[in-house]
Amino acid sequence: TKTRNSFSGKINDLIAKYRKVDEDFFEELEEVLITADVGVMTVMDLIDELKMEVKRRNIKDTQDVKEVISEKLVDIYYGDDDEEIEKLNLQQDNLTVLLVVGVNGAGKTTSIGKLAYQLKSEGKKVMLAAGDTFRAGAIEQLEVWGERAGVDIVKQGAGSDPAAVIFDGIKAAKTRDADVLICDTAGRLQNKVNLMNELAKVKRVIEREIPGAPHEVLLVLDATTGQNAMSQAKIFSEATNVSGIILTKLDGTAKGGIVLAIRNELGIPVKYVGLGEKMTDLQKFNADAFVFGLFADMLEDENA
Amino acid sequence: MAFEGLSDRLQNTIKKITGKGKVSEQDVKEMTREVRLALLEADVNFKVVKDLISRIKERATGQEVMESLTPGQQVIKVVKDELSELMGGEQSKIAVADKSPTVIMMVGLQGAGKTTTTGKLANLLRKKNNRSPLLVACDVYRPAAIKQLETLGEQLNMPVFSMGTEAKPIDIATKAIEQAKEEHNDYVIIDTAGRLHVDNHLMDELQDIKANVKPDEIFLVVDAMTGQDAVNVAESFNEQLDITGVVLTKLDGDTRGGAALSIKAVTDKPIKFAGIGEKLDQLEAFHPERMASRILGMGDVLTLIEKA
Ligand SMILES: Nc1nc2c(ncn2[C@@H]2O[C@H](COP(=O)(O)OP(=O)(O)OP(=O)(O)O)[C@@H](O)[C@H]2O)c(=O)[nH]1
Ligand SMILES: Nc1nc2c(ncn2[C@@H]2O[C@H](COP(=O)(O)OP(=O)(O)OP(=O)(O)O)[C@@H](O)[C@H]2O)c(=O)[nH]1
Ligand SMILES: [Mg+2]
Ligand SMILES: [Mg+2]
Repeated sequence: TKTRNSFSGKINDLIAKYRKVDEDFFEELEEVLITADVGVMTVMDLIDELKMEVKRRNIKDTQDVKEVISEKLVDIYYGDDDEEIEKLNLQQDNLTVLLVVGVNGAGKTTSIGKLAYQLKSEGKKVMLAAGDTFRAGAIEQLEVWGERAGVDIVKQGAGSDPAAVIFDGIKAAKTRDADVLICDTAGRLQNKVNLMNELAKVKRVIEREIPGAPHEVLLVLDATTGQNAMSQAKIFSEATNVSGIILTKLDGTAKGGIVLAIRNELGIPVKYVGLGEKMTDLQKFNADAFVFGLFADMLEDENA
Repeated sequence: MAFEGLSDRLQNTIKKITGKGKVSEQDVKEMTREVRLALLEADVNFKVVKDLISRIKERATGQEVMESLTPGQQVIKVVKDELSELMGGEQSKIAVADKSPTVIMMVGLQGAGKTTTTGKLANLLRKKNNRSPLLVACDVYRPAAIKQLETLGEQLNMPVFSMGTEAKPIDIATKAIEQAKEEHNDYVIIDTAGRLHVDNHLMDELQDIKANVKPDEIFLVVDAMTGQDAVNVAESFNEQLDITGVVLTKLDGDTRGGAALSIKAVTDKPIKFAGIGEKLDQLEAFHPERMASRILGMGDVLTLIEKA
């Protein structure tokens, strides 16, 4: 189910199952959200707020609670912002540099391939820089993606300095008049201080070469990840000032609910979601569809 | 972010009942509430937590706690005991087939660490057991997956069997075993492509390989950072392949690793090894006891018990 009906429509069905807004109702809501990795504290806060709101408005009927729920969840996500936050910050006339970061195996290289393809289809001239010089086969993997997407890649040998590769990438992108340069980096766990410093250095090189760049620092998060994703978002932000998230592997059964808490606490929006291993399996993030996805199981139970 | 350990969480309640001599049911209720939150924050699955908490509650309202002089600490001890029991004992042996070669199959979700762990296991088998493994590149889907395994083989100076990306994984595995027999490799470690547990087509492929090569071990490789979904993944892989053990990777991170508990609870298969880095010697025996402490918020919990 890659396409979903609007959240509010579906919340309707959910609510229909319960005639009363009672403890049972809130308990199931809690279970659903925790099971989606939204995070215990976020869920507790949310349910408390809901309970208060229900009391305040003297809501007895589940029908009326639906609006409050969808309001609150999508609210948590957007805060005072609107859908503009999901747009990629692309420069009109100059080179746009995107830096892609994240823990090991999250889906960075794959997402870069998909994004390159998408931007190229939109008529952009895209280039890739093979900044992962550490992991076995990482450069070759990016090369295959470059071929698939039909874009050029800048690389050096395995083991070379990532900052130097990115530097080369920027030079080449300027010379060849590219619109977008996407920089791959090696996966690293956020508690590895020296590796995080290395990443900060890569970012500084980009800043130095092009004022205002990188125009996006995209953190790739695996939807299967639990509460650790919050720590990832925090520490990667400290090192590189993350501007957006690509949430991968949403084609499985994991829900990736932690991005709600991340958006809420750190203000970082999701920009894209990964829905498979093919080049076309990258979509723009849609908060309504996402929030509805968190409840999909609850709805299925009810239909059973 | 409130990632407090359990002992932080319990400090208040413990203070309250220290010196009281006896705990009330209300005290136990408060404590189990904190335990529940701590476990959920550590990514232990919701249902697994539910079962655990009901067992803990039962024991905590029993004699051993109620009549203890230090009931607060006793509750923590009950929690630790229940967790340790669920985690099981240490178990890091690798099967040895009656007839060489012994075949190991690596399976799991995308990016979990299968290929890296294939290299690490081979390294371990050679170093500790003086074995000569053959690595087999059965991932014909992921870009440069074969190249990745070949590079690891070069680093280890070990043979890698591959037939390119056009061959079928089942044929690659079968041929590899023939070669291992000829070349006297006593272990064959098969790296497979990452796949979703709900991908029927690719799960069938694994079942076919299994039926053909009759592996002595099937290791499910799981990322220690996995959240609530760990139960679905582990249950599903286990149902379809009857795995023999689990390798938990990326434990060098700062995750609590509650997934370990979830996996153990739904599969009842031993977690045998832990990946603790990207390098090929960074694999160690999995220590269930330590894991239980880690999930609860590290060693400070033990100190509290010792005070008991
Ligand atoms: N099902 C699914 N698999 C994905 C998705 N995105 C990436 N993958 C797979 O996840 C695995 C890891 O992806 P990579 O792109 O190599 O991840 P990475 O973050 O670059 O990994 P490192 O460079 O090793 O840190 C590969 O098998 C990908 O095919 C997705 O959206 N859905
Ligand atoms: N820090 C750390 N990184 C690890 C560990 N195990 C694997 N990795 C890294 O995790 C990433 C993914 O590892 P792979 O071995 O490619 O994972 P895989 O399961 O084979 O991935 P696919 O074949 O795409 O499904 C790589 O960057 C590895 O270096 C570990 O124990 N600790
Ligand atoms: Mg990569
Ligand atoms: Mg692999």
